[in-house]
Amino acid sequence: MLKNKRLAIFSVLTFLVFTLIFSINVAQDSTHNQLPDNEDHSTAAVAGADGHVAEAHAEAGHAEEKLNAGKIIMEHVADAHGWHLWGHTEIPLPIILYSSERGFAMFSSSRFDHGHKTYNGYMLKGQKVVAVDEMGEMDAHHATINDAVTKTIFDISITKNVASIFICCGLMLLIFTNIAGAYTRKRKGLAPTGLQNAMEPIIMFVRDDLIKPSIGHKYEKYLPYLLTVFFFIWIANLMGLIPVFPFGANLTGSISVALTLAVFTFIIVTVNANKNYWEHVFMMPGVPKGVLVLLTPIEILGVFLRPFVLMIRLFANITAGHIIALAFFSLIFIFGQNGPGVGLAVSPLTLIFTVFMTVLELLVAFLQAYVFTMLSAVYIGAAVEDHHH
Amino acid sequence: MELVKPEFGLIFWMSISFLIVVFLMRKFAWGPILSSLKERETSIEEALNAAKKAKEDVANLKAENERILQEARNERDLILKEARETKDMIVNEARSKAQTEGDRMITIAREAITNEKLAAITELKNQVATLSIEIAEKVIRQQLSNDDKQKALVQEMLKDVKMN
Repeated sequence: MLKNKRLAIFSVLTFLVFTLIFSINVAQDSTHNQLPDNEDHSTAAVAGADGHVAEAHAEAGHAEEKLNAGKIIMEHVADAHGWHLWGHTEIPLPIILYSSERGFAMFSSSRFDHGHKTYNGYMLKGQKVVAVDEMGEMDAHHATINDAVTKTIFDISITKNVASIFICCGLMLLIFTNIAGAYTRKRKGLAPTGLQNAMEPIIMFVRDDLIKPSIGHKYEKYLPYLLTVFFFIWIANLMGLIPVFPFGANLTGSISVALTLAVFTFIIVTVNANKNYWEHVFMMPGVPKGVLVLLTPIEILGVFLRPFVLMIRLFANITAGHIIALAFFSLIFIFGQNGPGVGLAVSPLTLIFTVFMTVLELLVAFLQAYVFTMLSAVYIGAAVEDHHH
Repeated sequence: MELVKPEFGLIFWMSISFLIVVFLMRKFAWGPILSSLKERETSIEEALNAAKKAKEDVANLKAENERILQEARNERDLILKEARETKDMIVNEARSKAQTEGDRMITIAREAITNEKLAAITELKNQVATLSIEIAEKVIRQQLSNDDKQKALVQEMLKDVKMN
């Protein structure tokens, strides 16, 4: 009861402060309009509070006066060749290129100077590496893009997401080999403690409530893959929620990562599928021939649709979560364009929203890992299921 | 549209690292973890089964004990009954034996008494006869101690003979 009262008082106070500051700002509006260059100044000041926005703002070019929240958000959600820390500081990541025309090239992304310079015949266009005609170092804005060579580039650079994959994999290996050690060497046969105690119920939950009922008695063969998928997605999702280095990359919200995982599931399903499964795809038993003409294409489509949906679900959920959380946060700076007071006034509200979204994302992080693993298990289960007729 | 375009580099690294991770995790993490979990589960299950079995054993043992006790009790009753019967039999036998012995002894005693009586009577008769003869002899001797008397007697006797 007491807690509820306090919460109510807090929200009422927040609302009052918000309306008060807003009304003051409206009153100031007339003076504000008389000083047009004041807007630029205030935007820069507020934006300066957050390095990301300031940097994005700077990157957007000084020609662009207005704050472009959509662009900022998309830049945060998308992959990058450098790992942005704060302001203009970022960790350069290695760029690795192979082109059938020019062979291998490997250099630091700092050579591009945030896309302002060309290097070794390449330059950054947005976050994409393109080939240019000029081989030396020069101003990127005057370089001419060579489309023919660009098409031959295989960009296997260690981008932010790739580095995140390595970090995620490293974390997983660290955590789980440590736990495995607890099972085998240190405390063999004893009651679990610490990290082992925290992870064991989750491992057992995934095994007993997710994989076992979905696949049936042949589940043991697929356990390593499905457990790895579950924990990879979960850890990657959680890493995406932590905004500071070395986390914060939108890893599972990257379609390439989601696609790779979905393709692995598809390969496992296709390789392990038994006669019964293919029979159900091509010649559904107990269905008249006329209906089969209709049903078989749908079933064949379904075979590919399932991993596709798996991919889209993971990608869309995580990306949407990131976008919404960032959008709420950007509200401060969008409102801040109307003066620092407004930005400050909105900030408690957007902060509450952002916190709420982050908490929701914590749930989604687990949920998506759960859903991906479970559906993968269900597809595998359908493929290896015994004949039941 | 950039967002939904798969990137070759990312897929390339993701595939390689994920495959390696699956392999490593299988070998160094999931293998030991899952096998120990399974081991523990089986050991718990075994322990539970053993406990259940022990319980059953105890119950069986109890029943067995009860049965043995009952048997012992029955046997005791039987033995007691038999003992009682034997006792009765022995007592009865002894009693009947004593009876017959007594009877026999009485009979013998009676016979002996009769014999003794007869012997005594015979002896008494003989004694009386001897005494009578002796007395008669003494009396006769006295009566015939002088001649007068002898003559008187002869007289008398002769008197008798004359009558005949």
